[in-house]
Amino acid sequence: MSGTDLDALPDGGKHADAERPGVTEESRWGKSATGASIKGANALSLHVPEPVGRPGDEPNFSHVALSAAGEVSRPAVDAYAGDIKAHATSLVRVLSDDHEAVGEWAGATSLALCVQGLRAMMKVRAYDERMLIAQRQGKTSFYIQCTGEEAISCGQRLALERGDMCFPTYRQQGLLLAQDYPLLDMICQVFSNSRDKLRGRQLPVMYSAKDYGFFSISGNLGTQFVQAVGWAMASAIDGNNRIASGWIGEGSTAESDFHSALVFASVYRPPVILNVVNNQWAISSFQGVAGGASATFAERAHGYGIASLRVDGNDFLAVHAASKWAERRARSNLGPTLIEWVTYRAAGHSTSDDPGKYRPKGDAEAWPLGDPIDRLKNYLIKQDRWSEAQHEQTWTALQEEVRAATREAETYGTLNEGPKPSALEMFEGVYEEMPEHLLRQRQKLGV
Amino acid sequence: MAEAIADNSERELPYVRAITEGVREVLLEQDNSFVAGEDVAGAGSVYGYYAGLLDEFGPERIYDTPISEEGIVGLGVGASATGCRPIIDLMFMDFLGECMDEVANQMAKMRYMFGGAATLPLTMLTMSGAGASLAAQHSQSLEAWICHLPGLKVVQPTTPYDAKGMIIAAARDDNPVIVVLNKMSLGLMGPVPEGPYEIPIGKANVVRPGTNYTIVATGRMLHEALKAATQLTELGIDTEVIDPRSLQPFDTATVVESVKKTHRVMVVHEAVRFGGIGAEIAAQIQEDAFDYLDAPVARVGAPFSPVPYSPALESIYVPSAKSIVAEAKKQLGL
Repeated sequence: MSGTDLDALPDGGKHADAERPGVTEESRWGKSATGASIKGANALSLHVPEPVGRPGDEPNFSHVALSAAGEVSRPAVDAYAGDIKAHATSLVRVLSDDHEAVGEWAGATSLALCVQGLRAMMKVRAYDERMLIAQRQGKTSFYIQCTGEEAISCGQRLALERGDMCFPTYRQQGLLLAQDYPLLDMICQVFSNSRDKLRGRQLPVMYSAKDYGFFSISGNLGTQFVQAVGWAMASAIDGNNRIASGWIGEGSTAESDFHSALVFASVYRPPVILNVVNNQWAISSFQGVAGGASATFAERAHGYGIASLRVDGNDFLAVHAASKWAERRARSNLGPTLIEWVTYRAAGHSTSDDPGKYRPKGDAEAWPLGDPIDRLKNYLIKQDRWSEAQHEQTWTALQEEVRAATREAETYGTLNEGPKPSALEMFEGVYEEMPEHLLRQRQKLGV
Repeated sequence: MAEAIADNSERELPYVRAITEGVREVLLEQDNSFVAGEDVAGAGSVYGYYAGLLDEFGPERIYDTPISEEGIVGLGVGASATGCRPIIDLMFMDFLGECMDEVANQMAKMRYMFGGAATLPLTMLTMSGAGASLAAQHSQSLEAWICHLPGLKVVQPTTPYDAKGMIIAAARDDNPVIVVLNKMSLGLMGPVPEGPYEIPIGKANVVRPGTNYTIVATGRMLHEALKAATQLTELGIDTEVIDPRSLQPFDTATVVESVKKTHRVMVVHEAVRFGGIGAEIAAQIQEDAFDYLDAPVARVGAPFSPVPYSPALESIYVPSAKSIVAEAKKQLGL
């Protein structure tokens, strides 16, 4: 429309176009609508979000709203969602630039737990580095690193209890490794070999470990978020005290699953933590394409009356403290909490992605929230609970642990070499019991 | 392909670049056409088939959308109903699950439900197929889901030549057309003429003539069927191979004409055999050419199971020239 006041026209402008020269009923409905295009002073236009920088530009993160460490208050666990709306735009941070734990959110995390968290994050990074090499060597077809995001999954897992269930996306390997889930089992899944617990059926990194509270991962995005809410509702229906933790990337909050999850969480107030990992990039789309420039992802919760926090995802202490706060709320029957974790995807989306094609070089290094491992290390050194030498020694030991597990996994085969998943089991698990027609098709295939 | 040779085109392009050219021709030809989908602009799609189009046409013609397949298809339906000619991109055909109401109950039925007043010149490109180790949720061939919906047209390009011509034909059509691409064919080379041309929707292509056996093969299975035809011909079975090109509408006449000549026929597709499009084709053949058949219609498709990730399992799962020849031998008593 050209900005004409349609209400002023007879019949509300229904035939306004038809009265304009060259515009016919046909063009209104699309037979040859090119003729209906109106470009003038009053023509409407779309807002098309563009990232601050593209390849060739200097890194620029001036658009990321930050708070100083210790600046944001810690509300009571039973705070009313409507009273803490400011927490969706500020940023909960504990670790200061001079490596101190400051403010109301400090003190929730013991030094022993920090050491445990540091080891877990380092293990995740050592594992990612080794699996990337394995992918380059053809031992798997595909791998997803979580470089720079290690604190979020490790910190939250250490705030949960055994029996709680996480519904992860593909960058939460820390949920498993923070519990010392067997590396061998993870690598065998990535290699899709004869010892793969998922028997060659799932994409690499799509682990599933019920005993460790790790549901599984879906290739079609967002679906796990509603399932987490459903699981939490069932926990309440069953009258037990286990809670659920749903995970989603900021890009996938666009899926209707995210909004359905929030509606159900709002209506039934089940014991669930709704984690939005805002790592700035969804493959090649920056967070503005998911609406991140119009409001924070934490603010999405407000329309549903759900309590929410926006937290520094590269600050292990902030992650653990905020997770513990949400965990307490959930387990005390105070309902759901949405947490936006502000972080940066330092690596590519996956081994099939080249971020050099769509974002400035040096972005990861310029990220204002730093590296989560360095930050926790520096804090522990300042507290006299860690040293550079210990760090080096631990890193070497973890690398060796991962290398040894990789070597052992290789004895069970890799993607293209050695023993493979059994074709005999290929049709198992389609149904609880293999029906007659699947037995027949297996015989027919001669496997 | 016969048409390309007739065109005297010496130029060869991979399937992936033929897609780019098809979309580019549409954007040049139709001012009110635009592309919308996930990772289509900055990255030129995860498979690179829109590469260069953002630079050439700008951000008002190529939109990186939020990750919402429901939103993308809804955008396509709404925009086309008001006169634009959008090309929407569904990264993987498996994502139909995320947007099926917009496809099945809106896009397909809107013209009918609006008493004919709504025209939806909408083109949807989507990527199907197994063989790339992408497992159960990124490898499916779900043509049967969409061929079952009155109001939609469904085409499946098997060559670079077809990919370009079908995208142009789809975009010029005033009905919603879903172009089902194949990820394993992206590197396939073939002749592609310069400039715009159309592959008519609803007309099958007799790719290889033969006298005493017919294979109707869709999508990537065309190439497996052609390999199988060579082997069968060496065994004395002069095999004709037909690429339906368009699944909805389906060119029954060309298939029936072939069967009346050869008297024996097999239907091959990559999708799960049970309830696949092959069942419909087999039924149409026996309805229209029962008296000409010297053997039951054979069907080859994937087993009744999700697609496994492991290449060792996937290679057993996906139909091949070998399984086509084996089934033909069984059918023909060889």
